[in-house]
Amino acid sequence: MRFRIAEDDAALAAAAAGLLAKEVTPQEIRAGWPGGSAGRVDAAWRRLAELGALGTLVPEAADGLGLGLGLDENALAPLLFELGRSGLPVPAAESIAVGAPLLAAAGSPLLAEVLSARLLLTAALDGSGPVPFGQRADLLVLEAGAQLRLYRRDELELEPVAAVDGSRALARLRRPPDGGGVLLAEGPIAVDRARQRGVLGTAALLVGLCERMLDLTVDYVRQRRQYGAPIGSFQAVQHALAGAAGAVRFARPAVLAAAWSQASGEPAAAVATSLAKVLASDAGRLVARTAIQCHGAIGYTTEYDLHLYAKRAWALAAAWGGPADHRELIARELQLTRVG
Amino acid sequence: MDLTWSAAEQDFRQQARVWLSANVPGSPLPSGDTRAGFAAHLEWERRLFEARWSVVSWPEAFGGRDATLWEWLIFEEEYYRAGAPQRVTQNGIFLLGPSLFEFGTPEQQQRLLPRMAAAQDLWAQGWSEPGAGSDLAAIRSRAVRDRAAGGWRLSGQKTWTTRGAFCTHLFGLFRTDPEAQRHHGLTYFLVKLDAPGVTVRGFERLDGDEGFAEVFLDDVFVPDQDVLGGVDQGWSVAMATTGSERGLTLRSPGRFLSAADRLVEAARAHPERAAAQRDQVVQAWIDAQAYQLFTLEQVTAISEGRRIGAESSLNKLFWSELDIRLHQTALELLGPEAELDGPWSRGFLFSLAGTIYAGTNEIQRTIVAERLLGLPRK
Repeated sequence: MRFRIAEDDAALAAAAAGLLAKEVTPQEIRAGWPGGSAGRVDAAWRRLAELGALGTLVPEAADGLGLGLGLDENALAPLLFELGRSGLPVPAAESIAVGAPLLAAAGSPLLAEVLSARLLLTAALDGSGPVPFGQRADLLVLEAGAQLRLYRRDELELEPVAAVDGSRALARLRRPPDGGGVLLAEGPIAVDRARQRGVLGTAALLVGLCERMLDLTVDYVRQRRQYGAPIGSFQAVQHALAGAAGAVRFARPAVLAAAWSQASGEPAAAVATSLAKVLASDAGRLVARTAIQCHGAIGYTTEYDLHLYAKRAWALAAAWGGPADHRELIARELQLTRVG
Repeated sequence: MDLTWSAAEQDFRQQARVWLSANVPGSPLPSGDTRAGFAAHLEWERRLFEARWSVVSWPEAFGGRDATLWEWLIFEEEYYRAGAPQRVTQNGIFLLGPSLFEFGTPEQQQRLLPRMAAAQDLWAQGWSEPGAGSDLAAIRSRAVRDRAAGGWRLSGQKTWTTRGAFCTHLFGLFRTDPEAQRHHGLTYFLVKLDAPGVTVRGFERLDGDEGFAEVFLDDVFVPDQDVLGGVDQGWSVAMATTGSERGLTLRSPGRFLSAADRLVEAARAHPERAAAQRDQVVQAWIDAQAYQLFTLEQVTAISEGRRIGAESSLNKLFWSELDIRLHQTALELLGPEAELDGPWSRGFLFSLAGTIYAGTNEIQRTIVAERLLGLPRK
């Protein structure tokens, strides 16, 4: 028993953290919003690609370029903590956790283009929901029946939809794809595996986002003075933030444990993953709300940066199954059947 | 990351499970917070000791098994899973014990630990006073030097002393330097409750059991050998103890994992009501797992020589609030039966104490805010 991130996995996350701290300011996040210059986002994404981060779950040499790192979910979670913390508006879970390993397993010739960030890859496995980054992606992994298929955007009819977090670049499929695409994987086991990685990746992003919102809020309440004292010295503010911090602190190990379960092929991985998503989503909502409240009116503006992270938290809390969906899944595993 | 148990750990679990299943009383003992129930629990404690399960993590010389913290976690899981009795020796073993290991002299350890492990000496905690609860440093009970007799004379009043009316000894803080302020000038004493000048009055807790006591001390002589950790050094000794109380050692994940499993069983047994309570049942189960995962990370840190410090306040906040939610959900499942005296209603009443003892949750939130988040002090 050893509950600690392995050195190699921590090193990748640390390298990504260093890069993201330099490359991603709130300006890069705003650049992903409608009317922004998405080139700034793409540039940061390319730098991550140079680090090999996009090929975290891709076997070494699978793409012919050596961009695969050959790591597993144990490396994915800490990496996505950092991507979540950065707020960079990219399909991190969809591309790194879900799409790239599928392309690698299927021997797709497009893998190298994806890992080098020349083509942007996203994924949507729930059929009816909006496709994250559907406005910007070149390639999309979609679920069709019990298959996962890879589509070029010109094979699909996508229409942009407005979202609370404008940097999510959501699009909706006007109609299900009518043929086309390339088969990546099929069967419920393969689809579940991909879905679990998407859930895990999203939960990890949420943990990082929470930590970012907490840091921002702690800094703010230490500086902001009312009644002649920093508001962070007031018990009401302290206790609200202590509650928010606790929620994140308990979600984090659950995400790491889910990553380990997936990497180890544990039969309980599905439950561990849903559990992590419930805790991370609930933490995301609590931290976002607490952060805005502790900021007061400045937190309720778009000029201040907090909203960039809070809106992402709300989006990710609902993405890849919200807390209610995942509690339902666990309820079934616990044989708590519905009545009537 | 490696979340598997070694062969040796699995073997340890198996040994514990086998012994517990052969020895745990078939029907629950009467509450250990009553005089009759306490006696029944002592018999159980002595059986645990004879089989060397009473203090698994202690050295063998003191009655333990030299078990690792991991094995201790495993034992706790099995203990609660088996539905074994509450530990009425808990305050000695889990609160004073760690302080004796850290601050006690070899002589004190030899003299006190084996008797504690064997449930021969039964220790009560003497922190709170009528005028000092959360603000522990405001205690006024005092100890005056008696040089000729080689000891101290203690006077004052302690209260909310758990099972004080049934215990044989008390550990607590007394002011030895009347000039010193607050945290300074306090000393940690070990007091015999049958010493002349000690009066103990038991009184009922919320659940009606005589689990509380107030302890009056009137010029009670305590020899020098029963000072723990040095004169005027009591605060740091006491803080080490409260750290264990808040954190892991008082409430291991096994306790909540087993309670959550029982809640799930109750939900299956009441399907007509479970539908409306499903989310709460599942969330309680999730939170119990989350507490376990959190502690696995923590025990890894401790095993690698790091200290968890103020983080133990997060444990305390999490388990105490989980315990209340879990029991409230169980009572909802029981419907009109919820008002009956039974394990869930008793558990619910006890859970309400969890957010108060070991430092109220308000105090813990302040500790989290100031020491973990670095917010400014008032």
